[in-house]
Formats: sequence, C-alpha cells, structure tokens
Amino acid sequence: MLGRLSWAAIPFNEPLPLVTMAVVMVVIVAVLAIVTVKGWLPYLWREWVTSVDHKRIGVMYMTLGLVMLLRGFSDAIMMRTQQAIAVGGAQGYLPPDHYDQIFSAHGTIMIFFVAMPLVIGLMNFVVPLQLGVRDVAFPVLNSVSFWLTASGALLINASLVIGNFARTGWMGYPPLSELAFSPDVGVDYYLWSLQISGIGTLLTGVNFVTTILKLRAPGMTYFRMPVFCWTALASSLLIVAAFPILTATFIMLLLDRYLGMHFFTNEAGGNQMMYVNLFWAWGHPEVYILILPAFGVFSEVVAAFSGKALFSYRSMVLATLGICILSFMVWLHHFFTMGAGADVNAFFGIMSSIIAVPTGVKVFNWLFTMFRGRIVYRTPMLFAVGFIVTFVIGGMTGVLLAVPPVDFVLHNSAFLVAHFHNVIIGGVLFGALAGYNYWFPKVFGFTLDERFGKASFWCWLVGFYLAFMPLYVLGLHGMTRRLQHIDNPSWQPWLLVAEAGAVVIMCGILCQVAQLYVSIRTRESRRDLTGDPWNGRTLEWATSSPPPAYNFAVLPQVETIDAFWEMKQRGLTLAQSPYQTIEMPRNTPIGFVLAFFASATGFALIWHIWWMAILGLIGAAATFLIFGWSDDREREVSAAEIALLERTRPGQGRVA
Amino acid sequence: MDGDARAFDDRSPGVEQQESTANFVSYTVGLGLAILATIASFAVSQTDLLWPPGVPVGLIVLAFAQIGVHLVFFLHLGSGPDNTNNILALAFGLLIVFLVITGSVWIIANLSDNMMPMPAH
Amino acid sequence: MTMVTIEAAPTALAYGHGGGGPAPTRTVVAYGFWIFILSDIVMFSALFAAYAVLSGNTAGGPSGRELFNLRSVFVETACLLFSSYTCGLGMLSAERREVGRFLLFAALTFVLGAAFLFIEVSEFSGMVSRGAGPSRSAFLSSFFSLVGMHGAHVTAGLVWLVYMVAQVLAKGLRATVLRRLVCFSLFWHALDIVWIGVMTLVYLLGAR
Repeated sequence: MLGRLSWAAIPFNEPLPLVTMAVVMVVIVAVLAIVTVKGWLPYLWREWVTSVDHKRIGVMYMTLGLVMLLRGFSDAIMMRTQQAIAVGGAQGYLPPDHYDQIFSAHGTIMIFFVAMPLVIGLMNFVVPLQLGVRDVAFPVLNSVSFWLTASGALLINASLVIGNFARTGWMGYPPLSELAFSPDVGVDYYLWSLQISGIGTLLTGVNFVTTILKLRAPGMTYFRMPVFCWTALASSLLIVAAFPILTATFIMLLLDRYLGMHFFTNEAGGNQMMYVNLFWAWGHPEVYILILPAFGVFSEVVAAFSGKALFSYRSMVLATLGICILSFMVWLHHFFTMGAGADVNAFFGIMSSIIAVPTGVKVFNWLFTMFRGRIVYRTPMLFAVGFIVTFVIGGMTGVLLAVPPVDFVLHNSAFLVAHFHNVIIGGVLFGALAGYNYWFPKVFGFTLDERFGKASFWCWLVGFYLAFMPLYVLGLHGMTRRLQHIDNPSWQPWLLVAEAGAVVIMCGILCQVAQLYVSIRTRESRRDLTGDPWNGRTLEWATSSPPPAYNFAVLPQVETIDAFWEMKQRGLTLAQSPYQTIEMPRNTPIGFVLAFFASATGFALIWHIWWMAILGLIGAAATFLIFGWSDDREREVSAAEIALLERTRPGQGRVA
Repeated sequence: MDGDARAFDDRSPGVEQQESTANFVSYTVGLGLAILATIASFAVSQTDLLWPPGVPVGLIVLAFAQIGVHLVFFLHLGSGPDNTNNILALAFGLLIVFLVITGSVWIIANLSDNMMPMPAH
Repeated sequence: MTMVTIEAAPTALAYGHGGGGPAPTRTVVAYGFWIFILSDIVMFSALFAAYAVLSGNTAGGPSGRELFNLRSVFVETACLLFSSYTCGLGMLSAERREVGRFLLFAALTFVLGAAFLFIEVSEFSGMVSRGAGPSRSAFLSSFFSLVGMHGAHVTAGLVWLVYMVAQVLAKGLRATVLRRLVCFSLFWHALDIVWIGVMTLVYLLGAR
C-alpha cells in the first residue's frame, strides 16, 4: 500500500536528525501560524506563489538559495568538527554511515540548491531590467522552473527525516550507487530530487537564451548589452547544452535501479567509467554555469564602484564566449586517474590550462577598470576585491591540478577540496553576495546596513582562508577527502585551524542574518529615493526602487553601451510619454501545482508507492493540458493606469 | 504584428513564410531527396555497392545529408541574415553533440585499451 | 496585417544586429522551442554515446546482427518520413487557414506515426519474448533506452497532435493555436532527424 515506506523510515534512534527535524518542524509550523493569523496567506498566494514576474521569482530563488545555505553550512561545520576531533583514538560523534550522508548532502545541496538558485535568482531579477524590457520570454515557464527547483529542495530535505540520503558523495558514482551496494532510498532521493530540479533549470536556460537573443529594448544591439547579460547568455547556453547530459545519465542510473538494466552495473557488460565520463561532461560546464554570472556581477560592481566604464568591453565579451565554448573541452580533468592513456590525458590537460587564459583576460580587465578610477569601498566592492585575490589563488591551484602527473598525486585529496572551495566560495559565493548587496536597494527600495555588510565580508574572507588553506597543506601531506576518522595525529593542528575558519564563517553568516534584520528595522533611514543609489551605469538603475510591475512605462531607446550612464551625461530620464496599453502576463498557480505533483511523484517513486506515482503523473499531465488550452494569459494595463502609477511612484527615473 | 516583423526581424525555424507554393515544392523536393538518401543508406549497408571498409563513413555521410535535407526543406533553415540566430544555435548544438559522442567514444576506447585482460563480456 | 513603410523601420545598423526591439511573440515562441529541441538532441546524444560505448557488451547474449529486422526498420523509416511530409503539408494548410485540409493532414500524420509505433512495439515485445530484453546485457539496455526514448517522444507527439486537433476544432486556427502548431511541427521534424541517427547508427551499422 505504501511501498517500502514504514515507520522504520523515521530515525527515532538517531538523536541528531530527530532533533533537527523537530526544530525545523517547529519553525515551519510557527511561520505558517504567524502568516495565517496575520492574514498574509491571500497576499502571499496572489503576489508571490502565483507570480510570474521575473522580479518576484528572482527574490524567491535568492531566498531559497540563502535558506539552503544555512542547511549546507550546518553540514559543513558538522564535518569540520568531526574531522577536528576524530583523530587517533577518538571516534568523534558522527558514525561513518551518517558522515557519508552528510558529505553527500553537503555537496549536492551547495551546488544544486544554493549556488544555482543564487545565480539564477540574480539573473532573473536583473537581466530583463538591464535589457530594458518588461519580463523574460516565457514568464509562466519561469514560475514553473522556480517551483520545480523548490520541489527538488523539498525532497532532499525530506531525506533527513524520512529515510536516509545517499552515501555516495554528491556525484553518485556506480557501482556504489547501484542497487547491489545502495539498496535503500538514499540514492533514489538524490536522483529524483535532481531530475525534478534539473528540468526546472533546463527551462530557465531556454528562457534566458531566448530572452537575451530576442527580447531587448529598441536599439540595444548585441554589443550594447551590459556584460552581466552576456555572462547570463553564456551561462544559459551552457545550461541548455549540459543539463540534458545529466538528465540522460541519471535516467540510465534510474533504469539500472528500477528496471534492472545494466548501464553501469558490475555484471552483464555494464561500464562504470561511462557514468564518470558522462557525469563530468555535464559537471565541468556546470561549474562555468555557476561562475560566469558571478564574473558578470563583478564586471558591473567594479565598473560602478570605480566610477569608470568597464575596461575593454569587447575582450570581456570574447573571453566570456571563449570560456563558454572551451568549458566543453576539458571534462576529463576530473578523472585523469581513471586510466586513460597519455595522449587523452595530455589533450585534456592542455585544454584545461588554456581555459585559464580568458579568465586571466577578465581579471586584468577588472584591474584596469579600477586603475585610475575613484574607488568607493562599499560592501559589493569589498567582495569584488576579495574575489580577485581569492579566485586567482584558486585558479592557480586549478592550473596546477590540470597537469596530469600532479593530479595523479593530488586527485581526491584535501588539496582538491581546497581548490574547488577556493574557486566556488571565492568566485560564486562572493559574486552572489556582492550581487545581493549591490541590487538589494533596487529590489526592496532601501539599502542594506553597511557595517554588518562589511563585517560579514571580513568574516567570510578570513574564515575562508582559515578553513581552506590548511586543506591545501594537508592534501600535499597525503590526506584524502571524505575522511570520517583521521589516523595521522600530525594533521590535527591543521584541522583545528580549519575548524576555527568554519566558526569564523559562521560569524559571517550570522552577520548577514543580523544585517538583514537591522536593515529592515532601520529601513526608513536608508530609503532609495532616486532609484540610483550607487550612481550606476546600466538601465536597471533608471527605474524606481522597486520598479513597477511592468519595469518601464515606455521602453527605452538605447544608443550606446552603459545606456543609463549615457542618459545621465545628457541630462535625460526615461521617456515619460506617450503611454500605451501594456500587456502583462497574468499570475497563475500552474508552477506551484506542477511542483506539487512533481514532489508527490518523486516521493512516491523513491518509496515505490506505485499508485501514488501514477496519480502524481496524471495530475501533472492534467495540469499541463489544462494550462496548454487557455489563450487568455495576459491582462491589459491601460495608459491611464500607467500614468497614475508613474505619478505616484517615488524616485521614478530622477537623476541623483 | 507578424507582417511587419519581416521587414527587419529574424525568421524562426519551422515558421512558414508567405510564398506557400514555394513551400509545397520545398516539402516535396525534400521528401524525394530524403527517400533517395534512405534507399541509398540501406543499399550501402546491405550490398557491396560501396567498398566495405568505407561503409560506416558512407552511412554517416548519407545520414548527415538527409539531416541537412530535413533542416533545409522541412524546417526552412536558410543562410540569410534573418536566420543567423537559428544557424548559430544549430552550430552550437552540433558542436556539443559532436563533443559528447566522439569525446565519450575516444575516452572510453582509450580506457578500455588500458584495462587488464578479462574474460569476454 | 498592417504595412510598415521603410522610413518607419529601424536603421540598417539595427537590422541583423538585433537592435529592432523585442521580437514578435511568434518569433520568440518558435525560437525558444528551437532551443528546447536542441537541448533534447543533446540528451539523445548522451544516449547515443552510451549506445556507442556499450553496443559491444552483449554479455554472451544476442547481438544486433541477430536481432535487427531491417525490413521493418525500412517500413518504420518510411512511415516516419512520410508523416513528416504530411505534417509539413498540414502546417501549410494551417497557415492558409484551411481547417479541413489541415485536419486531413493531421490525421495522416497521426496514422503514419501510430504505424511507426506499432511496428516498434512489436519489435520490442518480440525481443523481450526471446529473452533479449533490456536487462539481458548492457548492449540491450542501451538499445532499448535509446530507441525507446525516441519511441516515447513519438508517443508524446501523437498525444500532443490529438490535443492540437482538439484545440483547432474548438477554437479554430487563431494565432495562439498556430504558434503551438509551429512548435509541434518543429518537434515532429526533429524526431525524424533523430530517427535518421537511430536508423543509421543502431540498425544499419549494427546489423552488419
């Protein structure tokens, strides 16, 4: 009746997940209670859950990413603590079975449910505004994408309290991930949660490629687009090209697990190396999907806070496109040690070194932008400078690892762990936090508190170095990744420093929570009345903060790069008339409903509750068909309505 | 409106243009060419028409030719400036397909060569 | 449709460099679907790659040479190719707002597509009943999933076609319905393109 689901799935005998579950349940119930009692449910449903507005969806993505950062970080500090104390005779507090699930969940959550949502959230909010248009190409699809991602996040969190998660690491290599060695629900949670959110991500890629190539303000030719839009385009192209590979690979593993096929099994001719190959054919472009928008954020931030145009726009664009193409030619460097011959390893090693070149071009462009500029060290700029230093170090260790003989020593060591955290934290996370601080006033109408912002930056920076530099040393000393117990006592001092780093990072996160709280409490003193708090260069700063639902009452006519800066030089504001009727997409519950059925189907498939899975699929199909029938997807905003909204909106297009 | 779009806008693949007679001819010619390519493929593979070691190459060439016929005659993919986005997207897609398939085959073949001798799978 | 005078059109610089402002909905929808189709082709390429790598791993079981019936493959190919043709003619009729002819070509497309599926399902069930099912060997797993994935797409396409015919009957060939038909025809032609790959790489090369 309920497949293999039973009361045994709930970890009654394991205090840690049980207590966590209890706390999380209490928080969720409390939040729901407050929201209901205060009567916010209709507002939330109408304005957020069913919204197809890219600005709202962007905020929801960022919120998802930041909340999941808390979960992913909890996993991290638990691992750091275990490694710091479980040395020699001490056993620590996490048995191997748990530790394995924690490092698997940590990686999966951080990549798919923190980094991706943060990056996609920024793209969602900013790109249509920078392009001078009203929304993305497919607003309803955008909502579906978000809710499917949330559905994946829900499933992975459910694994904490109902059943268990995979113990395979975030990559899920067979044969360990096959039924023979992982017969329980863990790998199924991993696979279904990522398949569901993967569909959402793919649709986002399609959406943004179409938006950037087909929907721009009049006069905005390709070489007048802001650099952030170019990086969003490159990242979206990579999503469209890479995610289907992951989908196919997971389908094959699911077929092995559910229908007894033999793609990657030990018997009947399966080839596990093919999984590794295909996984990384997705996996390498994935990290570029994450970093390119972060590069775009820094291009915007460095230019804005140096008071200068970005140095060499064209080479920036070419470097971005070069990285996009090259990122598909390096993936074997993730498995140099799997046993390919010298010529294959050499080819991919050389390509991996070459891909560092366009990134170097970008770094120099940022530095030249800062040179002779009038630099203002607000929080986003601090993150930018911190990024340049930190990412260069991480990039260099990457080029080191790209040399196959070096990788033979360092593959899967703590050195590797330090490298990828170096580039992901120093690059992607710092970029997300810079973007968060930079665009927050545009989103909500008031800036974030600067003191807590700076404090959070310094904690993240110092914490990062304390936490990960020791791992480089440990890797060179021979420590491998994913160790639940440390045999070599000489490693402990380094691990204690790393633990201290994790604690400092925790302070950074607390500072960010405090920053948000304080900023909301004192928001009146930091209201953005002009729409342009940083003296920005691109079109999003021409709108009010927050912008109206339709973004621009009249689409701007663009004639140069940095269109808003040009307008300011000429003493212009956004055109105020003539207003015409605008068609805006209607809100719809389709995304939420589809995600509900997706979650139900995923859960049912994981637990082998076949009748529920079928019902879920039917529900999803029905939702799709019902939506696909309607033609009445838009509502009109009349010219008179627009005139009224523009008149009563503060800071509309006024130049500071 | 779609009408004035053609004065300065991109075409999209699959969208019929105004000259429908030309399009009927296009579809019919495409069908004919595709039939020829299909018959040729079967002939090449099942007879000794082509020098045997060259058969895989011949089949792949014929497959590409037929795919090209579909793209041009059925999907109306052209080479004008209004089709640039479509061609670029296709080229990008083809590059990825090429890298995934040939990359995987090259890598796995190389790995298999380095495997220890095993009883036949 | 309104005519646009040349003076009102954006400058020559804008044309071809994308400076003409947001494209019309029909262009946007068709292009977006084209991008989606390309992503689907990439997914198929991963399955093709798996097939290429695993096709020799028959685990002592039957190989392609023993299993493939090229006569039915030829018939399948003909069905799918002609259904692409009738789909194209159907689109022409739809553009000319000729509902009757559109419905005729839609019906032909459906029948030919269904014939393809019937032959394929018969082939699959025949193989399973001879002990050559997908769990027999890695070769068969990759064969069934590659060809089966294509078949699943064809099935989805047939369901979609029925749905579109229902929309045309209920609402006529209005702009929104036409846009969806363009997407369907893109999908259907793309499936024939994928089949060319399957026919060549799986059947013709595998049967040698």
